Amino acid sequence: MIEFFSAVIEYQFMQYALLACLLASLGCGVIGTYVVVKRISFLTGGIAHTVLAGMGIAYYFKGSPVIGAVIAALITAILIGWIKLRWRQDEDVLIAAFWSVGMAVGILFISKTPGYNTDLMSYLFGNILLVTINDLILMAVLDVVVFATVFICYKQFLAATFDEEFARLRGINVEAYYILLLCMIALTIVLLIQIVGLILVMALLVLPAASAVQFSNSIPRMMMIASVLSVLITTSGLMFSYQPDLPSGATIIVVAGIVYFISIISRRMIRG
Amino acid sequence: MSSVISFDQVSYAYGQNNVLENISLDIEAEEFFGVIGPNAAGKSTMLKLMLGMLKPDTGKISVLGESPKQACKHIGYVPQYPSFPRNFPIKVLDVVLLGRLGKGRGMGGFSRRDREIARDSLKVVEIEGLASSPIKDLSGGQVQRMLIARALASEPEILVLDEPTANIDVQAEENIFALLKQYNEHMTIIVVSHDIAFISAYVNRVGCLNKTLLCHETEAISGKTIEELYGAPVNMIHHGH
Repeated sequence: MIEFFSAVIEYQFMQYALLACLLASLGCGVIGTYVVVKRISFLTGGIAHTVLAGMGIAYYFKGSPVIGAVIAALITAILIGWIKLRWRQDEDVLIAAFWSVGMAVGILFISKTPGYNTDLMSYLFGNILLVTINDLILMAVLDVVVFATVFICYKQFLAATFDEEFARLRGINVEAYYILLLCMIALTIVLLIQIVGLILVMALLVLPAASAVQFSNSIPRMMMIASVLSVLITTSGLMFSYQPDLPSGATIIVVAGIVYFISIISRRMIRG
Repeated sequence: MSSVISFDQVSYAYGQNNVLENISLDIEAEEFFGVIGPNAAGKSTMLKLMLGMLKPDTGKISVLGESPKQACKHIGYVPQYPSFPRNFPIKVLDVVLLGRLGKGRGMGGFSRRDREIARDSLKVVEIEGLASSPIKDLSGGQVQRMLIARALASEPEILVLDEPTANIDVQAEENIFALLKQYNEHMTIIVVSHDIAFISAYVNRVGCLNKTLLCHETEAISGKTIEELYGAPVNMIHHGH
């Protein structure tokens, strides 16, 4: 524990890591709330895994994997939303297809890239200790975009997630807002990939919000509680992983799981 | 233009299954129109056509001189079953506020005026005390009142209710219909119900729906017309007009 705090004071990479936790947690609480109330956890997982295609292609062409991730995440979000709404395809099958084909494409490109493939593991499981100042700037920008969109479209997102039928009758273009929401989820996924990698993203988006919903009677409150929980989860996960030299992403997710179980149990106890 | 809603020879089928056949109907402004009929007679389908949620296979529908899809903003709709999850983290007032969508400013949060109107709507249905309760704590009757308040909050020209009193007790039912009667002074109201005896005390005109539609002035409803509709004798309960 003490080693962790002295490392935070001493090393810049630890300060960056903490800042990354904070930036990711904000987006995670706000967007995770929509993922949980709209019940689209697995769609979120599908977008996250498809991101590997973008990262692999960017890696092969010596571009920035993060920019590749942003582009792939947005394209996947729009495609899944559009195909689902337009062609009335089963969401379930659609997600499975994107999930696996996206990963396959990513692996193909990475395997054909000359040199060591050490980065593959950090895409899959994240490596928060390698976060650079440029990553932090990008994360802050993504946060701002997500917050501004949620603030401006608050009513529309609320109506479309709460009661689609009624929202449509009030003249809201539910389909367009659904796709916009998926795009915001896509951007948040890229935020979180830095922290826990694309395999574990789904857990970090869903678990803090699912814990928060036990104690929330409104969406803004749920977003706030989820963000605070997410800050606690990511920083304590980082702390626990530091001294025994555990993978930070996996440690964070285990902490998130524990918080989730505590929250449902304590909710039951309060109810009696 | 006196007819607010008009159906001109409208038919609708789910696949091969004809639900509505050749419906023609004109509803006047400030009319209180009741639709009755047995289960699966097409009552809810007729409402969905009116609201532009479904498109007729043949025939033409116009609402306030526009297509149903364009006009649905001017309709307050109270569904039979809530189309939202009951465990959604939202308070009663916030649900009613959603009725303000499409009014006031388009982006950002709700304005102070939106909130005032939403609170007034809650007062009208007598659940202003529940404004900050989460919806998961409400009883069936309270949810029904909340849905009516949400419809009223949009200050509609037409109010459409699908079985508004299906899951509430008789006293609450009378209160709600008395309330609707008041609103009827400046609003066209369309109510779907399976409860013939009750509804005819309030409405001006009743449409008996069973694939086809037959309209009657309330006074003219007799045991015979109902027998024709349901295909079996029905006990008429007498009530004062």
